[in-house]
Amino acid sequence: MSDDAPDAAATAAPVTMVPSHVRLTYTVTAGRHLSSYLRALADRRIVGGRCPVCTKVYLPARGACPTCGVPADQPVEVADRGTVTTFCVIRIPFEAAPFPPPYVAVAILLDGADMPIFHLVRGIAPEEARMGMRVQARWVADDQLGPTLASIRWFELSGEPDAAYETYANHL
Amino acid sequence: MDVLSAPYVLEYTYQRSTGPVIGRFLTALRDGRLEGVRTTTGRVLMPPLEYDPATGEATGEPVPLPPDGVVTTWAWVATPRPGHPLDRPFAWALIRIDGADTAMLHAVDAGAADAMRTGMRVTARWRAERTGSILDLACFVPVAGEAP
Ligand SMILES: [Zn+2]
Repeated sequence: MSDDAPDAAATAAPVTMVPSHVRLTYTVTAGRHLSSYLRALADRRIVGGRCPVCTKVYLPARGACPTCGVPADQPVEVADRGTVTTFCVIRIPFEAAPFPPPYVAVAILLDGADMPIFHLVRGIAPEEARMGMRVQARWVADDQLGPTLASIRWFELSGEPDAAYETYANHL
Repeated sequence: MDVLSAPYVLEYTYQRSTGPVIGRFLTALRDGRLEGVRTTTGRVLMPPLEYDPATGEATGEPVPLPPDGVVTTWAWVATPRPGHPLDRPFAWALIRIDGADTAMLHAVDAGAADAMRTGMRVTARWRAERTGSILDLACFVPVAGEAP
């Protein structure tokens, strides 16, 4: 033991715990369709892909419609505002948390899309979070835009009245 | 069109409780000692286990063991990977410590694969800074003077 070791009593105590760290270092390759979605975000645009058979707009585009089994590669730009379909209030801090808790994570059905994306809503108290809230993207500054969903800092209330449940009931 | 790619690190900083038997083993490692455990049938398990795999009965008292043993089988690692105990080619080996009836997995720093053989004698090399971890045992090394 080095001279600057913790106090002798602590180092002489029986071992009862061991660090058991797991670290997995991947390289993720986005693929063609996810890459086009990510590149559009650097341009303040949100682009999905439409299935020519069922007309659903997948966001992000996934290249093929899992229902119809055909290429779903018609690019469709959707709005940067939409409806909160579900939400979760995070109250427990963890190392990579984007904000001190509590904060609100949501699934947002952007206008024109058939798949919700996951993001954060700021500017409301956690108690105010609810299904059907209408929200608007708050983008980062121009010099911080990049091919990442982090180009949207968070969503805020758009000021519109809440959406009726029936309008998103099929997208939960 | 170029596809995007990015590094993605998943990390879980768990701590695990050792339980009394493994805790005692790790405490001995921190002291620079090897300690096995005796079963109700008199066998000595090294590394120690809480229960005898042969009978399912709880194991008994600790058994101090020497830092020496014999390689019972081994595999050469020509290209060590991040997280391996050594940064140069080494052997993973099962080592039966003198006085034990079972073998433990650890690294043997033999320099070259042709210095390894089943039945060779090895001795522990300890880390100077020990924390109560299996890595306190840096590796095993061939016993000096023994012909390869
Ligand atoms: Zn379809």
